[in-house]
Amino acid sequence: MSGTRPTMLHAASVTKRFRVGSRFRTGGVQIVHALTDVSLDVFPGETVGLVGESGCGKSTLGRCLLRLYSIDDGRIAFQGKDITNLSQRELRPLRAEMQMVFQDPYSSLNPRRRVGDLIAEPLRVHGKRSEADVQNRLRELMELVNLSPDFLQRFPHEFSGGQRQRIGIARAIAMSPRLVVADEPVSALDVSVQAQIVNLFMDLQQKLGLTYVFIAHDLSVVRQIATRTAVMYLGGIVEIGDTDTVLHSPAHPYTAALISAVPEPDPHGNIRARTILRGEPPSPTNPPSGCRFHTRCPIAQERCGVEVPVLRPLDPGRRVACHFPLQSGEVAGHG
Amino acid sequence: MLLPTLRRLAEMIFVMLGISIVVFLIFFATPGADPAARIAGRNATPEILAQVRHSFGLDRPLPVQYALVMERLFVTRDLTSFVNRGQRVIPAVIEATPVTLSLVLGAAVIWVIFAIIVGMVAAATRGGITDRTLMFLGLVGVSMPVFWVGSVMNLVTQSRFHNTWLFHWVPGLGYTPLLLHPWVWFKSLVIPWVTLAILYIGLYGRVLRANLVEAYQEDFIRTARAKGLSETRIMFRHALRTSLITFVSMFGLDFGALVGGGALLTEVVFGLPGVGRLTYEALQNLDLPFIMATVMYSSFFVVVANAIVDIAYAWLDPRVRDAR
Amino acid sequence: MPAEPSAPAETLLDVRNLSVSFRSEKGVIRIIEDISFSVGAREILSIVGESGSGKSITSLAVMRLITDPNAIIEGSIIYKGRDLLKLDPREMRDLRGRDIAMIFQDPMTAMTPVYTIGWQIEEQIRAHQKLSRRAARARAVELLGEMGIPAPARAATRYPHQLSGGMRQRAMIAMALSCNPSLLIADEPTTALDVTVQAQILELIQRLRRDFGSSVILITHDMGVVGTISDRVMVMYAGTVVERGPKPMVLAQPSHPYTLGLLRSIPPMHGERPFRLPSIPGSPPAPTARPAGCPFQPRCDFRFEPCGNRPPLFRHGAQEVACFLAADHLPDWDHERAIRAPGAAA
Repeated sequence: MSGTRPTMLHAASVTKRFRVGSRFRTGGVQIVHALTDVSLDVFPGETVGLVGESGCGKSTLGRCLLRLYSIDDGRIAFQGKDITNLSQRELRPLRAEMQMVFQDPYSSLNPRRRVGDLIAEPLRVHGKRSEADVQNRLRELMELVNLSPDFLQRFPHEFSGGQRQRIGIARAIAMSPRLVVADEPVSALDVSVQAQIVNLFMDLQQKLGLTYVFIAHDLSVVRQIATRTAVMYLGGIVEIGDTDTVLHSPAHPYTAALISAVPEPDPHGNIRARTILRGEPPSPTNPPSGCRFHTRCPIAQERCGVEVPVLRPLDPGRRVACHFPLQSGEVAGHG
Repeated sequence: MLLPTLRRLAEMIFVMLGISIVVFLIFFATPGADPAARIAGRNATPEILAQVRHSFGLDRPLPVQYALVMERLFVTRDLTSFVNRGQRVIPAVIEATPVTLSLVLGAAVIWVIFAIIVGMVAAATRGGITDRTLMFLGLVGVSMPVFWVGSVMNLVTQSRFHNTWLFHWVPGLGYTPLLLHPWVWFKSLVIPWVTLAILYIGLYGRVLRANLVEAYQEDFIRTARAKGLSETRIMFRHALRTSLITFVSMFGLDFGALVGGGALLTEVVFGLPGVGRLTYEALQNLDLPFIMATVMYSSFFVVVANAIVDIAYAWLDPRVRDAR
Repeated sequence: MPAEPSAPAETLLDVRNLSVSFRSEKGVIRIIEDISFSVGAREILSIVGESGSGKSITSLAVMRLITDPNAIIEGSIIYKGRDLLKLDPREMRDLRGRDIAMIFQDPMTAMTPVYTIGWQIEEQIRAHQKLSRRAARARAVELLGEMGIPAPARAATRYPHQLSGGMRQRAMIAMALSCNPSLLIADEPTTALDVTVQAQILELIQRLRRDFGSSVILITHDMGVVGTISDRVMVMYAGTVVERGPKPMVLAQPSHPYTLGLLRSIPPMHGERPFRLPSIPGSPPAPTARPAGCPFQPRCDFRFEPCGNRPPLFRHGAQEVACFLAADHLPDWDHERAIRAPGAAA
C-alpha cells in the first residue's frame, strides 16, 4: 500500500494478550495470545474485510482498533491522532467518529427502552442538540435504514432480527461517524434477510462516505462487501490484499483452504472434490512455533516450524506471511 | 489433589480466624459491653470489678485479651462460664454435640429422601394434579413455623393420642444416648426428626422440582430421548444428576448451620440438650465464654460444610473441576 | 454408489399429510401444514428453510420427540411399513437410537455435561444391545476412531466441554451411529462450526452412507451445505413445502420464487460481484402471522391474482413446485421478469 495516502486508521504491531485462570487455581495463569504483531491500515472510504475462523482474533482486533480494549503493545492512530494510550474518558469525544455494530443487536439493545430513545441516546449524550433537532435526526436515521418512523415508539422485542440489526445500525450512524467496525453483523440473520443488510451497509457507505472494517466468518459476504480483505489465523494476519486478488488467487495455503471449504449452492457440488483442511486451529494459549499454520499446512516444510514468516509484499496490492506462497492457480478451489 | 486440599484447609483456618476475631470484638470490645461487669454480678463494687478485670486479664490490651481467650478456648480448654462458675465451656459443648448431630443427621436423611421423591414426582407430572398438590403441600411445609409444628407434635404424641396404638411407643421428651439404648434413641428422635424435616422437605422439594423442570428444557434431554432411553433412566441419570447442584449447595449450608446450633427451636421444644439449646441459654445470660465457644463451633461446621459442598460440586459437575 | 437420486430405489420413510399444531391461548397455531415427503434407502435428503419454516419441527415429529402436551400431530409417518405415529411409546423408544438416530446443532448443549463421551455412547449401545460394559466401551472407542477422532481411547474419557466443537460433533455422530441406524436425522449439524471443520463434518456425513448404508435427512438453512452433499432437496417456507426435487435440478433451475430468491441472495464466490445483492424483501412470517393463500405471496416479486389461494405442488418430471407460475411448466424467470418490467404489456 502506498505510504503517502492518509489513513483513517493505522494499527502498527498491535499485540493483545488475555490472562485466564488464576494463580490460586490449579493450572495457574494462562496467557491467551489473542493478537500478535498485527499491522493494518484502513483508508478513507474503503471496506476492509477481516475473515478467519473462531479464535483467530478478528473480533479482538476490531475491538482493539476502536480501543474498546487496551493493547499490550503496538500503536493505533485514528485520523493521524495517536489513540494508543488515551483513557476511556479521553476517547469519549472520538467515539462519535468511530462506532461499532454487533452481531446480535438484541443483546446490545436495552429491552425496556423505546427504539427512539435507544437511537437518540448517543445524540443526547454527545451532542448539544435541541429536542426538536433530535427528533428530526431520528426520522432521518430511520429513513436511512429503511424503517418506518412509527417504529420509534416500539420496543426492541417487537422487531425481527433484520429490523433489529437496522436499529443497531441507525444507532451506530446517529453521530455521523467516519469509521464503523461491524462485528459479524449478518451472521445471526436468515439468509434472505442477510442480503438486505449487506445491501444496506453498501448503500450507507455510498450515501455517507463511511469507512468500514467488516468482520465476518463468511467469505462470500466479505467478497461482496469488502474492497480489501485480511485473512487471520491464530492471532495474526496471514494474507491481506485486494479482495479479488486474495479470494481468486490466494497466496497463503490457509486462505486457499478457507476458500475451498466454503460450501456453495453448486448443482453438481461434491464434498469429495474439495481440499479439506485437516485438524482444528491450535489453542491460542500455546501457539505453535514458527509459522502458526504449519501444524495444519499441506505444504509445510521444516523451515516453517522454526522461522516466523513476516507479512511481506508479494505482488501489487497484496501481502502474505508465508515462506512458500502459492503461485496463482496452484491450489484448485473447487474441482 | 494435595494442593487444592491444603488450600481449602488454609482457607478454613483463615475464615475461622476471621470469625473468632469478629466475635471477640463484638462481645469483648464493644463499648458498653463490659465483660467484667457481667462476671462480677449486679451489685459489684468498683474494687471487685477491678479485681475481676485483673484476674481475667481484661485490663490487658485487646490483642493480648484475644490471645488469652483463644488460648483458654483451644489450648488449655479451661475457659469457664461467667454465669455458672466452674462449668467448663469445652466439655459442655462436646457433650452437647452428639445430641445435635443425632437430631440433624436423622432429619437430613429424611428430608433428602423425601425432597427428592417429591421433586421428581412433581417434575414428572408437571402441570398435573399430583404436581400441584405436592407443591401446595410443600408450600404448607415451608410456611409452618418449626416450634409450632413441634408443639403440635408434642401435644399429639405426648398427651392427646399418646395412649392410642399409634403413638404409645413414643418415649417422653429428652435425649437418650445412642450407645446407651439405641432403640430408645431412635424412638425418642423420630418425632423431632420429622418435625425438623417437614420445613426442608417442602423447601427442597420445590427447588428440586424447579431445577428438574428447567433441566427438562435442555437439549441433552432431547438427545437422551433420541437415544431411545427410558423415561426413568432419563430422569435419574440425566435430569436429576444435573439438577442436584443447587440442591447440594443448599444442603451443605443448611446442614452446616443446623449442626452449628440452628436447630435450637427443635431442641428447645423437644427438650434435647443440644448445641442449639446451649447457645440459646448462653445468649439469654450473655455468657460470653459460652457464646464465644458455640459461635466458633458453629462456624467450624459451616466452613466444613462449605468445603464438602465444593468437593461435591466437582464430583457432580466436571466443568467445575476444570474451572479451578 | 448412492442410489439414483431422482428415483429412490426403495422408500425407507414415507411422510404423508403431516400437520403439527399447538394449542395455545390464542387458539390453535399451525406450525406444519400438511406436508408429505419420502426418503429412499441410502439417500441424502436436505430440508432447507429459514427460521419459522418448520424444518426442525418436522424432524422432531418424525422422531416423535415433540413432548409438549399441547401439540397435535396428524397424518402418518410410515417407516419400513409401520406408522410411527401409531406405535406405542415403548416400541417407538426401541426404534429411536437404534433404527432412527439424530444429531443436533450444538453438541455442547446436546450432550449431558456430567458424563464422559465414552459413557454416553456406551449408554446408547447398552440401551439397545445386550453387551457388557467392556464390549460397549470397546465399540464406543472404535466408533470414535472411525469418526476421525485422534486418540479415541483417551477421547472417550473426556467430558463434552473438554473437546472442541468439531470433535464434539464427531462424538455426537459416533453416538448416533452406534447402533447402525438406517436413518440419520441431522438438524443443522454444522451451523455452530467453522467452515474448515464444517467441511470435515460434511465429508464425514457423506461417508456414512458408504460405510454404514444409512439414509440421511439433513436439516439446514444453508444452500451451500445443500449443494455440497445432498441427493434431493426439499425447500420449506412457513410450514409448507414450496419446492422439491433432485438437487442438481433444484439448484440449476430453482422454480419457486422463494428458492430463486434464497439462491440469489447468497453472495457468489465466483464471477462478477453484483452491485447490489438480490434480496427478498421483509422477513419470514411468524407461525402466528402467516398470510392467507400462498404463504410467500407478500414477499414475492411475481405475485399475481391466483396467489390468494393456496397453490398445490405442481409436478414436472422429478421436480415439484408449489407456485401457480409452475402450473403448466417450470417458470422461465427471464420471461416472467420481462413481462413484469415497467412498460411491458401485461
